[in-house]
Amino acid sequence: MSQFLTNGKVRIGLAVFGAFLLIALIGSWLVSSVLGTDPHRIDYDALGAAPGGEHLLGTTTSGQDVLAQLITGCRGSVAVGLLSGVLAVGVAALVGVTGGFIGGRTDQMLTAVTNIFATLPSFPLMLIVAGYMANVGPVAIALLIGLFEWPVCARYLRAQTLSLRGRDFVQALRMVGESRWRMVLVEIMPHLTGILSSLFLRAVVTGVFTEAGLRFLGIGGGDSVTWGTMIAFAQQQEGVVRGMWWWFAPPGLFIALLGTATALVNFGLDEIGNPVLRHSSRAAVRRATAHMAARRDRTNTVEVAS
Amino acid sequence: MTATRAAPVQAPTQLGKYRGPRTGSRAGWSFLLRRLGFYLVTAWAAITLNFLIPRFMPGDPAVALMKNLQQASGTVPNAAAMQAVRMFYGDPQQNLLQQYLEYWKSLAHFDFGLSVSHYPTPVSDIVLEALPWTVLLAGATTVIGWLLGTLLGAFLGWKPGGRADSLLTPITAFFYSLPPFWLALLVIYVFGFTLGWFPISGGYDPDVPFQMNNLWFLLSVLRYGTLPAFTLIFIGINGWLFAMRNVMVTTVGEDYVLLARAKGLRPHRVMLRYAARNALLPNVSGLALALGSIFGGVIVAEIVFTYPGLGYVLFQAVSSHDFPLMQTIFLLITLGVLAANLIADSTYVLLDPRTREQR
Amino acid sequence: MTARPLDTARSASAPSSALRGEPLLDVSRLTVEYVTERGAVLACNEVSFTLRRGEILGLAGESGSGKSSLITALTRLQRLPALTTGGEIRYHTRDGHLLDLVTLDERRLRPLRWTELAIVLQSAMAAFNPVMRLKAQFADVIVEHQPGITGDEVAERTGRLLRMVGIAPERAHSYPHELSGGMRQRALIALALACEPELVVMDEPTTAVDVVMQRQIMAQILRLQRRLGFAVVFVTHDLSLLMEIADRIAIMYAGRIVEIGAPQQLYTDPLHPYTRGLRDAFPPLHAPLTKLAGIPGSPPDLRDPPPGCAFHPRCAQRLPECEQVLPRLHQVLPQHGERQVACLLHDSIDPGGEAS
Repeated sequence: MSQFLTNGKVRIGLAVFGAFLLIALIGSWLVSSVLGTDPHRIDYDALGAAPGGEHLLGTTTSGQDVLAQLITGCRGSVAVGLLSGVLAVGVAALVGVTGGFIGGRTDQMLTAVTNIFATLPSFPLMLIVAGYMANVGPVAIALLIGLFEWPVCARYLRAQTLSLRGRDFVQALRMVGESRWRMVLVEIMPHLTGILSSLFLRAVVTGVFTEAGLRFLGIGGGDSVTWGTMIAFAQQQEGVVRGMWWWFAPPGLFIALLGTATALVNFGLDEIGNPVLRHSSRAAVRRATAHMAARRDRTNTVEVAS
Repeated sequence: MTATRAAPVQAPTQLGKYRGPRTGSRAGWSFLLRRLGFYLVTAWAAITLNFLIPRFMPGDPAVALMKNLQQASGTVPNAAAMQAVRMFYGDPQQNLLQQYLEYWKSLAHFDFGLSVSHYPTPVSDIVLEALPWTVLLAGATTVIGWLLGTLLGAFLGWKPGGRADSLLTPITAFFYSLPPFWLALLVIYVFGFTLGWFPISGGYDPDVPFQMNNLWFLLSVLRYGTLPAFTLIFIGINGWLFAMRNVMVTTVGEDYVLLARAKGLRPHRVMLRYAARNALLPNVSGLALALGSIFGGVIVAEIVFTYPGLGYVLFQAVSSHDFPLMQTIFLLITLGVLAANLIADSTYVLLDPRTREQR
Repeated sequence: MTARPLDTARSASAPSSALRGEPLLDVSRLTVEYVTERGAVLACNEVSFTLRRGEILGLAGESGSGKSSLITALTRLQRLPALTTGGEIRYHTRDGHLLDLVTLDERRLRPLRWTELAIVLQSAMAAFNPVMRLKAQFADVIVEHQPGITGDEVAERTGRLLRMVGIAPERAHSYPHELSGGMRQRALIALALACEPELVVMDEPTTAVDVVMQRQIMAQILRLQRRLGFAVVFVTHDLSLLMEIADRIAIMYAGRIVEIGAPQQLYTDPLHPYTRGLRDAFPPLHAPLTKLAGIPGSPPDLRDPPPGCAFHPRCAQRLPECEQVLPRLHQVLPQHGERQVACLLHDSIDPGGEAS
């Protein structure tokens, strides 16, 4: 665990993640107090203005400040992401850990259900359910996403629990007659925190992704601003065809930044597990190889004198 | 030679008993049958879900449908239309089980009801028209993206931590994090709008007669398909590159790769026949798993590029509350995903002589 | 079982009995390091030994003693972060060239692989490519090193190789997972001999099979070795096994050779306390039952090896200076021939030859 936080990639990834969380938390204050505007206010003097001057990131076709929308949208997107992530990982833990720990017929049933849900094309399914629900608020969207996102996480957790179950200390506790649930909560769960947090991070990003996709397709009413709605409006109001890149580019990049941050954390975890990939050790290797290459050049010939 | 050399050792071994080729084919079949069983269960689940969703949604979809119909046509729906709606949601007088059986009966007759937004066109007509476009777009881009991504990933994972790997892998991670619809917009902006190289919406040139035997028509299909295909292939490459690279990184450490090097085989042979060939296996089963989300990307791309496939029709159906159309498309996409899964599984059986289930 | 050599056309020049006893491999001060962020770990520390043609050299030690690092360095198969950082491996080729395997570039090394230098790995299950039939895994190496060969000749040679280790030639059509464990291991040995190497490095080739199979395989290796005349570096932690097959045995501890000599010498009169410990831990199968004694303590942490002799924390006979002075491998008694030990309990003799 100490290695975890000293890894550069993990640090950067978590920092980016934290920064977005912070913006999501204090975003509305930032917009109202620092920028002195709100995401819906229309500036009739600057309709579709390019970045610069009063509007740092320009305005939309209808004269709304892009930066203010971006900051406000962060809250909308991240909130949905977090909620769906909690739900997905929660359900996954319930299904995966239970199945993996209890085993037998229960496990077979749960695995079958997991596999069925994993195989069903989730995006069209979400689209349809959302289509039936006349007015879908952010909470409903988050629940919907979480509901279709858990199978992947459940698989990982089940596999991990299975391997934990086989370990000596769990076997020993079984012998002693420790109660099942106490064992799961006190002995198994702590060993799963690593994978749980990694899965949660990924689930949050998937949530942000999917929310943006659904909002882009016009699912989910209300006037809440998210990165997805920004891109959707940019397309609908001809922001793309008019070349207003400052409108549709930033929200997409922010989503990608969030995704890259998660990828970085996972890269870092890989490196901790597999030292060959570690950059600093690569540097050391490079020095040593250079040293050997120099030696090779000095001998310069394949034959050695005998 | 020392005396210990002469230590008693057992007689030469008998020839290994040849038990006949214990070929993987029988095991392979049982594996495929098991998978087939699973897909049948999944298909049943999807169909049942399709039946249940409208019946458990808040509000009465039948009423909403009727209202929509009224708005769409501007007239009070006639008896036939009422009947169509009734057919679709089943007679409220019947209990759920009877409705369920009715539902299966109409499915067995390929009776998917009438579209609301295009009333009174049968849903099956609309769907059949859109289907080839999606099969073409999704099929071609998935195969191309998978092939290119897998190849590049094998190359990067061959030397983990090498120059290409440390440069390209993070870039891929970033590309992979780009939302598909946003990427599609960017492609429209750059190649369609700024450079003007390719048309940005539609599936074919509307000025050319819609004929399969017309070369100009086929060319226009290619031209109109370029941008959506490019977007989807780009997404696919990044995803598969990533997956393949990660498997490859562990495969190059395997003993059989070490032995292949020890044998003095050419490096590219060691990389392809030994490392990549084995790293391919999880990537093929991964293909089956990812098909659902691939369809998500195809739907989005079709919508952004107004490509006349199932995804775009689904989008229209959702926005116009055309429930019968919506549900039929979902069913079709699910069956398509399952069929593609089965193909991926069969490929796996061909590729892996051991053919046992992972895990 | 045919008695003729593998390939009559080539064996006139190949593993030649005329050269038997000539030096094949001269390893001097070979150092292998694992490069990590927190500094280097010395897996092999200035290892030196000589191997003659047709000789079986046993290499014994606990896990982590550096024996595996040594053989991947010898065969140039090591992967990062393992690196050879010092020393030479001088290899005498069949046609009289002397090459340094440490610095030889990969392009010139490749033709020597398998034709001069083959390897048998511990687990045949892991060493065979699971998705290729056996015949394909024999064919690719044969064709690689003998490009003009016809398909029929390849099939015929594969069959002959398999028969040599007691496997029916039809088995060549099988996939590795279709063979039993012992059969797989023997097929791996047959594969190693496919191009008539001068040196076969064997990394615990029998640990993955049961004891009966182990005896069979050892017998086969010995018979083939006597017939074909290749030299063997045989790595194992099982000293009693080496006692039966090796011409000489080297004992490794913490990356260094601590004792090297003939099996009889090592068995009846081990000089290094560690060798004695190993001997007492693994009695030969045919010896009368005696009390087993393990070695107390555990192998040192190579990231932070103890100063002086690495064995001193576990040694019952340590002297005060063992904690500071690093003993070099040296000859002890003139009548002991090439016997060498790295221990302060045994004084070295002058090159002149008088024991002090």
